[in-house]
Amino acid sequence: MLAYVVRRLWQFVPTLLGVVLQVFFLFNFVGGDPAYLLAGKISNPAQIENIRRQLGVDQPYAVQLWIFIKQIASGDFGASWSTNERVSEIFATRLGPSLTVLVPLLAISTLLAMAAAMLVAYLRGSLTDRAIMIGCTVGQSISILVYILVFQYVLAYQLGWFPVQGWGVSFAENLLRYSVLAIIVGVAVSLAPDIRLYRSFFLDEINQDYVRTARAKGLSERRVMWVHVLRNAAIPIVTNILLQLPGLLAGAFLIERFFGIPGIGREVILAVERSDFPIIKAVTVYVAAATMIVNLAADLLYKAIDPRVQLK
Amino acid sequence: MNASPGVWLLAWRRFERDRLGLACLVVVLMYAAVMAAAAAGWIVRDWSEEVAVTYAPPTFLGPEAPRGAPAAAAAEAAPQGAREDYGIPDPLAGDLAEIARELAGVSATETRAATLAFGADKWGRDVLKKAVKGTETSLFVGLVAAALAAFLGTLSGALAGYRGGWIDDLFNWLYSVFTSIPYLLLVLAVAAVVNQKGVLTVILILGLTGWTGIFRLIRAEYMKHKVREYVLAADAIGASDGRRMFVHILPNVSHVVLVQLSLHVVLFIKSEVILSFLGFGVGVDTVSWGSMLAEAQSELILGKWWQIAAATLAMALLVTAFSLLTDALRDALDPRLK
Repeated sequence: MLAYVVRRLWQFVPTLLGVVLQVFFLFNFVGGDPAYLLAGKISNPAQIENIRRQLGVDQPYAVQLWIFIKQIASGDFGASWSTNERVSEIFATRLGPSLTVLVPLLAISTLLAMAAAMLVAYLRGSLTDRAIMIGCTVGQSISILVYILVFQYVLAYQLGWFPVQGWGVSFAENLLRYSVLAIIVGVAVSLAPDIRLYRSFFLDEINQDYVRTARAKGLSERRVMWVHVLRNAAIPIVTNILLQLPGLLAGAFLIERFFGIPGIGREVILAVERSDFPIIKAVTVYVAAATMIVNLAADLLYKAIDPRVQLK
Repeated sequence: MNASPGVWLLAWRRFERDRLGLACLVVVLMYAAVMAAAAAGWIVRDWSEEVAVTYAPPTFLGPEAPRGAPAAAAAEAAPQGAREDYGIPDPLAGDLAEIARELAGVSATETRAATLAFGADKWGRDVLKKAVKGTETSLFVGLVAAALAAFLGTLSGALAGYRGGWIDDLFNWLYSVFTSIPYLLLVLAVAAVVNQKGVLTVILILGLTGWTGIFRLIRAEYMKHKVREYVLAADAIGASDGRRMFVHILPNVSHVVLVQLSLHVVLFIKSEVILSFLGFGVGVDTVSWGSMLAEAQSELILGKWWQIAAATLAMALLVTAFSLLTDALRDALDPRLK
């Protein structure tokens, strides 16, 4: 077990190095000279030279790469190019709002999707099953943008049930007032793909021998489904949620942007709009590192829940 | 001599029985025909012409009460009244009258429609034509980007799976590097540095970042197939590595490529819409469903819902049909999976 963890951690090194190289390549070769971006429209050569020296981009590429690696290791990516806020500061203050929306969103959508998936898996092949599955396909084919625009327009603007957007200071106000509509939209968007995926997990379990055994020994359908099948299907579901987590943190940017939630996703999108490279670089590298750690955690969790799993 | 039916014919026979799949195929082909006709310039070449009044509603709603005209007339009347109060003759009165006449003449000859089949946008452009033009952009981006991703994924998967060794290690390393960054974050990061809009840019961004899923599947297929007897037989008759990889094995894994291709078209159409919405996608000289949604964002508050409806309907129908077609393809091509 320990040997496995150590080996996996050791494997992180080349992957993380690859991510660093990729980000470095993107932002230092493809991205062009950032000094021109920063200097703006009115600039003179001396000014540009000055900015280049400040950023360190007048150095050879090897030195620049070394600076970048040092930045990652120390966690100090310097300051945002547009607001001059420390990147570490941005991370620290944006994580809270992101989690305020994401944690309830994940919890609610998972519970709803599991319940619906278990139902349709139990009724597989029936009209209900087919109708819900087609409904999911249609629901998935509508852009997340439309969900956000329509929900915001109807529920917040027309009916006035929720604030259109905003964010307060106290946690309770944020959770109960400002993030409610964002959570509703997030649940509506993730329900369709989740039901489809979880249905396949439930179907895998329903066809197993132990289900037949449980029925043969006279257990009630309720007990078979809620205890035997549910507990086994929960394994892939839990790991799946864990794997989604890092992507969601940065991927909830559309929801965060529209509802004015000052989270990490919104920061990413602002940074992309302003060509604010330090923030994008930091987010990309750290989210990649988080993804790898979460992958390892998911594998270990899998092993912990299901002793049959062999770690290799 | 009776030849036994080939794998594609068998798949087609299975597919033929799937009525929903067939219907979806028809819908997708119709979209493709619209895309081709729009690209060739046979239809909607005049999508950017301002043919109707601003925000002309759909025909079934009837024309909007002409709010603009009386207001303008009132505004014109007011200063005149004021001038008369002072009793001083306006030295420009003649010129102003002429300009007013000319303006009236222009707006009389340029008859703008009060309603359109699916309404008009802020500039009076036909929303229906925009949706058709958007179909061209979005479907083209989806298809070409998916083809690029499928090509890259298949080539790298074939090399890695067949050759093994350091090539396999290299591509696996690239795979883990690409997949450790969440997909949309990677797309956005690339869009940030490329900083150039256009259909080609979007295709490159999506294609170059989206090959990983196909790579993994194709690699596994090649590892499975390279030790099969028919490949060993090909080796025995002296077929080269390249021939074994692409003439012997590739047709046997092509159903995986086809299903993945179809799956990625859907994924890329959705991604293109988001990119264009955020302004990192296609330029302003063309229209995509994403840029229509971006415009619709401010229209919705004014109660002008037809542009968002048109873009959503056009997209939902295509993506639903494509998704169901993918399911049908998978069922037909790989009956064991069902």
